[in-house]
Amino acid sequence: MIFAALQTYPYFTEVILITLILSLVLTFARLMMGPTLPDRVIALDLIGIITVGIISVFAIEYEQPVFLVVAVVLALIAFIGTIAFAFFIAKGRTL
Amino acid sequence: MSEIFVIIFLIVGTLFVLLSAVGVFRMPDLYSRMHASTKAGTLGVSCLLFAAAIHFGDLGVSTRALLVIAFLFLTAPVAAHMIAQAAYFTDVPQWHGTVMDELRERHDLEASAREQALPSPEDPDQPPPASSPIT
Repeated sequence: MIFAALQTYPYFTEVILITLILSLVLTFARLMMGPTLPDRVIALDLIGIITVGIISVFAIEYEQPVFLVVAVVLALIAFIGTIAFAFFIAKGRTL
Repeated sequence: MSEIFVIIFLIVGTLFVLLSAVGVFRMPDLYSRMHASTKAGTLGVSCLLFAAAIHFGDLGVSTRALLVIAFLFLTAPVAAHMIAQAAYFTDVPQWHGTVMDELRERHDLEASAREQALPSPEDPDQPPPASSPIT
C-alpha cells in the first residue's frame, strides 16, 4: 500500500502540525514584542510562510490536493504585503 | 517507498521551520533575525512543499507545489533585501556586538535620508537643506 508508512506511525502528522504551530506561536511572540516596526514586518512575513507549510501538511494529512492552491495564493499575498510594508517604512519617518 | 521520502522531508522541513522561529524569537537585533527568518524558513517550507509534491504523485498537483517552491525562492531574497534596506536607512539599531558595518562609511546617510523622505513644501518640520552653506 502506498500510505502504509504514514499509517505505521499514527500520530505522525499531528506531531508535525503541533511543532509547526509551536513555531507559529514563537513568531507571534516576536510580532507582539518586536521593538521596531521592521521586526514586526519580518515576523508577519515568517507567519505567512509558516502558514504555507501548515497548509501543505494539512493537504497531506487529509488527502486533499486542492489546498495547495490556497498555498499559492497565500505565498503571493505574503510577498505583496511585505513589499508594501517595505515601501511604507522607506517613505515614512522612523517609528 | 515514496512515503519514506515524504516522512524524511516532513521531519527535516519541520525542524528547519522550528529553527527559524526560534531564531526570530531569540536573535539580538533585526538583521540577525532576518538572517534566521529568510534562509531557514524558506528551506523548511520548501521541504514541506516538496513532501506534498512527492506524496501526491499527480502531475498537476506536484507542478503546483514546485511552483510555490520556485516562487518562494524568488521572492524571499527580494522581500528581505527591501526590508533590510528600509530598516538600515531609517536607523534601526544594530546589536552592540556588531564588528563590521561597511555600508556606514561608503554611503552618505544624510543625503539618502533627504532623498527618501520626499520633502514637501507644506511640511513644517522639514529641516532646511544643509547643503547650502551661508557665506
